[in-house]
Amino acid sequence: MKSKVDSKFTPMIGLEIHCQLNTLKTKLFCSCNAQFRGEEPNTYTCPVCLGLPGSLPTVNENAIDCAIKLAHAFDSKINKRMYFFRKNYFYPDLPQNFQITQYNKAGGVAFADGGTISIKFDNKIKNIELDRFHLENDPGKLVHEGGDIESSNETLVDYNRSGIALIEIVTKPVIESPREARIFLKKLRSIISHCEIVDLTKDGAMRVDANISIKGHARAEVKNINSFKEVERALKWEIKRQINKLKKGQETEQETRNWNGKITTLLRSKESENEYRYFPEADLVPIEIKQDWIDDIKEKMPELPDERIARLQEEYGLKEYDATVITEDKEVADFYEECCKLNENYEAIKNWLMNDIMGILNEENLSISSTELKPKLVDEFISAIDSGKVTTKIAKKYISKIIKGIGIKKWMKKQGVKKITDKEKLNELADKIISDNPDVVEDLKKKPKTFQYFVGQMMKATRGQADIQLTRKILKEKLKKYMK
Amino acid sequence: MPSLNQLSGIEIRDKIRTQEISSEDIVLACFKRINDVESKINAFTEVFEKEAVKRAKEIDKKIKKGEKVGNLAGIPLAVKDLISVKGHQTSAGSKMLNGYISPYDSTVIERLVRKQDAIIIGTTNMDEFAMGSSTESSFYGATYNPWNLKFVPGGSSGGSGAAIAADETILSLGSDTGGSIRCPAAYCGVAGIKPTYGRVSRYGIIAYANSLEQVGPISKTVKDSALVLQNMAGKDPKDATTVDESVENYLDIIENGIEDFTIGIPNEFYGEGLDPDVEKQVRNAIKILEKKGSNIIKVSLPHIEYALPTYYLIAMSEASSNLARFDGIRYGYKTDNTDGNFNEVFSRTRGEGFGPEVRRRIILGTYALSAGYFEMFYIKALKVRTLIRQDFLKAYEKCDVLIGPTMPATAFEIGTKLDDPIQMYLEDILTVPINLAGIPSMSLNCGFASNGMPVGMQIMGKFFKESDIFRTAYVLEQEMKYFKQRPDLGGY
Amino acid sequence: MTKDSKLTIEDTQEIAKLARLQLSKEEEEKFTTQLNNILQYFEKLSELDTKNVEPRTHPNDIVNSFREDVVEESLDKEEALKNAPEKKDSYFKAPKIV
Repeated sequence: MKSKVDSKFTPMIGLEIHCQLNTLKTKLFCSCNAQFRGEEPNTYTCPVCLGLPGSLPTVNENAIDCAIKLAHAFDSKINKRMYFFRKNYFYPDLPQNFQITQYNKAGGVAFADGGTISIKFDNKIKNIELDRFHLENDPGKLVHEGGDIESSNETLVDYNRSGIALIEIVTKPVIESPREARIFLKKLRSIISHCEIVDLTKDGAMRVDANISIKGHARAEVKNINSFKEVERALKWEIKRQINKLKKGQETEQETRNWNGKITTLLRSKESENEYRYFPEADLVPIEIKQDWIDDIKEKMPELPDERIARLQEEYGLKEYDATVITEDKEVADFYEECCKLNENYEAIKNWLMNDIMGILNEENLSISSTELKPKLVDEFISAIDSGKVTTKIAKKYISKIIKGIGIKKWMKKQGVKKITDKEKLNELADKIISDNPDVVEDLKKKPKTFQYFVGQMMKATRGQADIQLTRKILKEKLKKYMK
Repeated sequence: MPSLNQLSGIEIRDKIRTQEISSEDIVLACFKRINDVESKINAFTEVFEKEAVKRAKEIDKKIKKGEKVGNLAGIPLAVKDLISVKGHQTSAGSKMLNGYISPYDSTVIERLVRKQDAIIIGTTNMDEFAMGSSTESSFYGATYNPWNLKFVPGGSSGGSGAAIAADETILSLGSDTGGSIRCPAAYCGVAGIKPTYGRVSRYGIIAYANSLEQVGPISKTVKDSALVLQNMAGKDPKDATTVDESVENYLDIIENGIEDFTIGIPNEFYGEGLDPDVEKQVRNAIKILEKKGSNIIKVSLPHIEYALPTYYLIAMSEASSNLARFDGIRYGYKTDNTDGNFNEVFSRTRGEGFGPEVRRRIILGTYALSAGYFEMFYIKALKVRTLIRQDFLKAYEKCDVLIGPTMPATAFEIGTKLDDPIQMYLEDILTVPINLAGIPSMSLNCGFASNGMPVGMQIMGKFFKESDIFRTAYVLEQEMKYFKQRPDLGGY
Repeated sequence: MTKDSKLTIEDTQEIAKLARLQLSKEEEEKFTTQLNNILQYFEKLSELDTKNVEPRTHPNDIVNSFREDVVEESLDKEEALKNAPEKKDSYFKAPKIV
């Protein structure tokens, strides 16, 4: 709850999100392989992305396709004629000491202007307006030997990432709380992954900078919010800092701050803010996007999150909330639907997937594709529960193994979850259960399917250890007189 | 009987093809000449003697066996030291790149050397980063004009111009951002063409001002220029600014004459400050063209007087960005004093690695692009560029080519302008409008001044009509025959 | 352009800093004088009225020159690193940041 004092101060948040177009095969301005992660430093480089004298950039056509897709997803207005600019600043990760980007001043335009992303929270819908988005290249990566950026005496540079295509999305300063920012980013993630232009399972595929101000006061830009999970924390901290300053009667200043995981610290004040000297990049020719190109991509647009949420409710009977949560991560939604193709207990799949499996994955910071989890395993697992072979208790014990690719049957065998094959013991138990449930026995006369209830009770009583075949045989013998 | 290395590229090509001479013969003849005169001229930054002889032998073997060889098979070629040649130093005449070995070939080398079998005999000297009109600012010392060693050879491709004039090579390549092919061609009494912007790939050419420059040949004869250009021109997927326009076979049409041509004489090229010796020779050439059947008309390019400041603003702005990459991390010079953070080390590295003219231009370019001055300087210059381009387009509605002097005077003495930037910039007053417009232009020797120094004239063509230029130049060359005159350097 | 575009030594220092170019004291003075002469010469452009003229940002009229998204071989690690003044393992070495 906001305190009374704080309500005088309205935070205004604008986000700048860099997304790596890591589904492309090559970099934005050269033909180097874009799948650089995990490779030895400086092995995915060429004269262009190393900035060697004489090299020239060329534009990856598929990057334009990606941007058009995104414009459709946001309903942004694509600029029909545009060109690239150079943004000049010196930094060791930038091989030319300029970045090739798009600029919306000095006669330039972004790739696309406007657009919205609608988010739903507290039972209301809010449309977050976008200002623009544009294409640019990623710099290389710095390694600060023997410390961090401030204490290290030596910087090592790996240019494998240099030149990877980025789309920078800039929102208007219309986000009013850190929580809203988090919900917005979740929705944005879902959209870009549904557009299949960003593989979010890759580290650093989406990076966020935030512009934060208190209404009527100067804004600060917070950089290096490395994980999207940290956005909410970083924003909370920075808002508090600014409000505290204002409460003391001081003014906030226009500055750039660094989020170090705990607090934000001053990176540079406006006076020393870099002079970027934007000017047109004459090595690249202008881009003109004709309507038929735009229409062509529109026809090939994949299903977007809002459409999918509606369809999941329709097709699998999910509640809106569940459909929304599942769709937040395209990979999860895809996985869910794969499982549903094999097993019709949609509700159970949803519950186990969202409550248990995702819980484990999130805790260990894993994506589905980085594990051995397969729809087949989920099907086997859900079937085992449904047939009563596995009790909830055992299922809970097992579930962490499913992401290691271990099937429930195999696990149970290995666990030595011993089957109770003692006929006498099972006979005794069956008698007890039958006598304890005279009503159900009555039901059985009308509905033979009620038989399954007794199987379930037997399994439950033995914590799933009763031999299923034997149990069925015993029950059948005892109950057949009640069944047709 | 002239020595082999005095022959033209076309003559050498034919003699190698018919096996009258071998490639090795001509390569060795060039190296003999280099040994004899290079100490006076200093045209080269590096010679590839061993490699060139080895390559010549390979080509000779192929020819003997009757195997297919390229269009420039076995012909010696010298290339300006900003054209990347894999495995060799590409220095741009700068301490900054002393020792930098290019790990890749520029597209022009790919085409002329790897595909068409020309033989690189060495890299030629130039003004540092192509910024200059005299080839005095090179880290490797000045180049001297073969016609008179007290004079500059022009620049920035002075090494290529001097090497051709001194018969140290058969063919050569230069680059032209504001006159850097045409100026040395004029001062050294040879031929050189700056092609239409987008005609030749810039991939692998160390950039000075990327919206203005093109690579082109400097050669003894007009046909040699045509031979080189037609083998390197055309769309390159690695240079987005190259145009997908078919390249004519210039040699097929070069002798077609100019009877149907209308030739424009732009007033503004003959204004105040033009050396009377230069004007006399150019006017004389115009008379020849008239006699040969072309129609001569007067035209006006009213915005030419603004070309020089426009050019320098654009070129310096682009240079300030193009040269930002030299920071001592990936390649090139790095300061010995590595105290401090990257900003301090970069500043020291760049302060020590770049010469004074390069630093002047970077500073002015940085200023012109900075907030508050961008509109006033850079955008203004781009607008004037539009006007200058329109002037040319209008003139070409009435004529096929334009004729004017290349330089306002003949070559000047070494050291006389080095410390006076404006005097040096004024050298380019007649060459820079062409780069701003993007049209092709050739400089051709059209006689000699009273002091014995060569005079160059400019033949400017329509966009992508290098063929018109070649036809005009060929007529003049065959009439005037100045290409047969040689500076006396001794040694034969 | 106005007379305000006259540079002071401090301006030269500021721009040199922005361009990462260390100049000596003498150079700062000499450059300031030379740069002012050049700027004065550039002022000629202010004579021209260019209000309705489009700036020529690109030298020719071609548009949409694209490259297909097909991987080509990168440089060998040795080739990529061979010109580096300083390297460590397969990294380039750069000065410290702060």
